[in-house]
Amino acid sequence: MARAVTTQRKTINTAIAWAIGLLIFFPILWTVLTSFKTEAQAISDPPVFLFFDWTLENYSIVQERSNYMRYLWNSVIIAGVSTIIGIIIAVPAAWSMAFVPSRRSKDILLWMLSTKMLPAVGVLYPIYLLFIKMGLLDSLVGLTIVVMLINLPIIVWMLYTYFKEIPVDILEAARMDGATLREEILYVLTPMAIPGIASTLLLNVILAWNEAFWTLNLTAAKAAPLTAFIASYSSPEGLFYAKLSAASTMAIAPILILGWFSQKQLVRGLTFGAVK
Amino acid sequence: MNTLTRALLGVSALALTMTGATAETITIATVNNGDMIRMQGYTDDFTAKTGHEVEWVTLEENVLRQRVTTDISTKGGQFDIMTIGMYETPIWGSNGWLVPLNGLSEEYDVDDILPAMRGGLSHEGTLFAAPFYGESSMVMYRTDLMEKAGMEMPDAPTWDFIREAAAAMTDRDNEINGICLRGKAGWGEGGAFITVTANSFGARWFDEDWNAQFDQPEWKNALEFFAGMMSESGPPGYATNGFNENLSLFQQGKCGMWIDATVAASFVTNPDDSTVADKVGFALAPDTGLGKRANWLWAWALAIPAGTQKEAAAKQFIEWATSKDYIELVAAKEGWANVPPGARTSLYENPEYQAVPFAQKTLDSINAADPTNPTVKPVPYVGIQFVAIPEFAGIATEVSQEFSAVYAGQQTVDEALAKAQALTTEAMEAAGY
Amino acid sequence: MATQHSRSAARLMLAPAVILLLGWMLVPLTMTLYFSFKKYLPLRGGDLGWVGFDNYIRFVTSSAFWPSVMTTLLIVGGVLVITVVLGVLLAILLDQPMWGQGVVRILVIAPFFVMPTVSALVWKNMFMDPVNGILAHLWKAFGATPIEWLSQASVPSLIMIVSWQWLPFATLILLTAIQSLDSSQLEAAEIDGAPPVKRFWYITLPHLSRAITIVILIQSIFLLAVFAEIFVTTGGAFGTRTLTYLIFQRVLESQNVGLGSAGGVYAIILANIIAIFLMRIVGKNLDA
Repeated sequence: MARAVTTQRKTINTAIAWAIGLLIFFPILWTVLTSFKTEAQAISDPPVFLFFDWTLENYSIVQERSNYMRYLWNSVIIAGVSTIIGIIIAVPAAWSMAFVPSRRSKDILLWMLSTKMLPAVGVLYPIYLLFIKMGLLDSLVGLTIVVMLINLPIIVWMLYTYFKEIPVDILEAARMDGATLREEILYVLTPMAIPGIASTLLLNVILAWNEAFWTLNLTAAKAAPLTAFIASYSSPEGLFYAKLSAASTMAIAPILILGWFSQKQLVRGLTFGAVK
Repeated sequence: MNTLTRALLGVSALALTMTGATAETITIATVNNGDMIRMQGYTDDFTAKTGHEVEWVTLEENVLRQRVTTDISTKGGQFDIMTIGMYETPIWGSNGWLVPLNGLSEEYDVDDILPAMRGGLSHEGTLFAAPFYGESSMVMYRTDLMEKAGMEMPDAPTWDFIREAAAAMTDRDNEINGICLRGKAGWGEGGAFITVTANSFGARWFDEDWNAQFDQPEWKNALEFFAGMMSESGPPGYATNGFNENLSLFQQGKCGMWIDATVAASFVTNPDDSTVADKVGFALAPDTGLGKRANWLWAWALAIPAGTQKEAAAKQFIEWATSKDYIELVAAKEGWANVPPGARTSLYENPEYQAVPFAQKTLDSINAADPTNPTVKPVPYVGIQFVAIPEFAGIATEVSQEFSAVYAGQQTVDEALAKAQALTTEAMEAAGY
Repeated sequence: MATQHSRSAARLMLAPAVILLLGWMLVPLTMTLYFSFKKYLPLRGGDLGWVGFDNYIRFVTSSAFWPSVMTTLLIVGGVLVITVVLGVLLAILLDQPMWGQGVVRILVIAPFFVMPTVSALVWKNMFMDPVNGILAHLWKAFGATPIEWLSQASVPSLIMIVSWQWLPFATLILLTAIQSLDSSQLEAAEIDGAPPVKRFWYITLPHLSRAITIVILIQSIFLLAVFAEIFVTTGGAFGTRTLTYLIFQRVLESQNVGLGSAGGVYAIILANIIAIFLMRIVGKNLDA
């Protein structure tokens, strides 16, 4: 049952939350605004906030200079496919650790996280040599596999924690009714877990989207995603704030929009645990 | 569309497919500097002339360097042409990793490349990379502020004059800093600048037996002079300023003088970006009367990694991009001030280019730099603002970090030099010197 | 109750993930160990033979080693404290009824969507620049001398940037947990006259313990690997060189793969020490 809330309290909450929200969001807002300025306005003293001559010049320069759609497409493929494959592998693993825990479950969980501890740059040469041998350099396949493996431990962890929230009684009731394991997972567990899976999905798409070490170092022209697109705009010779902002906005926008649309789904996922 | 045009189109399509039989797609890794970006815009011209297509991989300088170094040392074969600098070229060339640029065509006229550039991009007389553009360092100053300070910039100033002028031009209330220089950590940023400054003070990185020289008085003099001058007349936070930060400061009119790459001259005189475009003068980099000026020498050059399957096409591209014709193409479309500078003698003999205000000073600065004889005292190495050995980039970056800590007031000159001496000695031992 | 059948099925379902991760861990780990005993200098001809423990000794006796470990701990610890404390407060705030809850949530979560390189560039150039940065203008507006963030307060600045990126992650996870809190429990406490602070301490916080554990564990793994933020802002100067950054310098700037690999092994050891330490403190919450 929801508590009764006075309008006054709600107003105060709203004011504080919006103030903090805008403060946290401000650097992004500023980047987006700067992307519509000229280079001279971008560094003008004092800074201009809204009253400048809005221009799309930076976007047209960026679009002219690089094939944004190809970078975007590569990012979508790498982030999307790696997350989907990751989820397919992680769901059974997380399920088994959450519902059929053995003495080693916790150790396995921690061990999985520990596979992320090797600093990426320390293994650059070994992995690069391996990729040459396997002919995977600058290929979407190779990159998708690497990004999937990097995020797999996180996916397992997230799913495990969501699954843990699901009451075991329901599963046992289904089992009593004679449901097979497959039916149990497909018809009982999955519907309840969908919100959790959805938020895991989103979180990992973001992590994969932002992965900038391997995506930069293992690609050249064909498989390069948006992180490489950004690397062609950061700190060139000359003034660059406005163009960098435009490129940054283009790199952030797709994922921000995705986040916006999945917001509702996300919140449903978050409130789901209340069943407990 | 009439039949004739159709027929003609058919023929030209046929012609295209025929040249397409030998046409290749070459992959080029390059840096995101203005001149390279401009070159990408003219790719169509190259494709029209040769039929070859080009895939560009454009990266920020540091990322590019790590990317191409990894690829070439593991023989990854991801690129048919790499954009590299004067530091990498002799090292990679001596390792046999680059295709020698022999047998270039007659009209390319390899002898037209400026001798300093050609020397810096060769190993034992063999050219391994063709300069796309080259630079030295020089003084850029505000003529109006200099006049206001009641001083006159000589063609070849001394460091003492620079320091005095900087103090006279500084006007803290109006946010005008007498001098803006690089203090940012990194061998190619502040590391390069303090090295050429030290050269002009008579210092050197190594003696003839490869012993680090930071315990010598010349280094102490140079570093104390630099840090002292910058705290008197430099901008706040100069310890994190590199080329870009100083460029914005100068373009906003917040610097009296700026000593940096000669290519910056075309940026600060461009009225679209610079608020001080019509008030900039140029002078040679300063000295202390010891015979060496604070001039560096650098070129961004195109090289072909050994083992590429597309060597012929890559060579064609290099001939196109670093040719006289390319310079004329850019000049015709965007004006002489925007052509890639510092690579060819003929450019500086061209009367139209001589009319560009910074042309002569750029050439003089480049000619004042001698990578084979960079310091007052003898050294065992080649290179002015760098030492052409594989370990240098790592060592110099760490040394410049110690120096940046001095600029930020976090340690003294003596502490920094002692640490620099220790870490350089350590690293040279590890490398087996 | 788990039957024999379901147990073997569970093992089968766990297998793909374990095998893949085992491969992903073992192959690079073996290669790192292999290289760490080699003199491997790519620019001097590659593999120059076995050198025993030379690389290990050289790496750990370098004057840069201990300071880099300290910096790493400082950054990881600082960001963890800030993100967990602010994350809990923000999660509680965002759970309150308000207008435009969805929009505020997306505003708070947004920094997580920004690539580390981009956020570092934005912070460095547009906010922390002592001349053109917004913070400098703000300081000047109040008549104060602008702070030279990245040189004079380098580590706190980095902690600030990284916290800004990871606060959304912490908030998101903690918000999930807070929403599963049984509100009748809180109401009962309220009726009993328990003050807000007490309600928070005895009801909300214990409920959040598992979520906090997960935030701490997952974040520390990512924080140990923080790289782009340092690379872009200070380049490792002013005492911001972490262990990861030191390894980067050895492998890529000095082109000494053997030495860097030895550093990688140290980094794994450090990460494990931190993980064990964290497990001691918070690990028991995982079973809950």
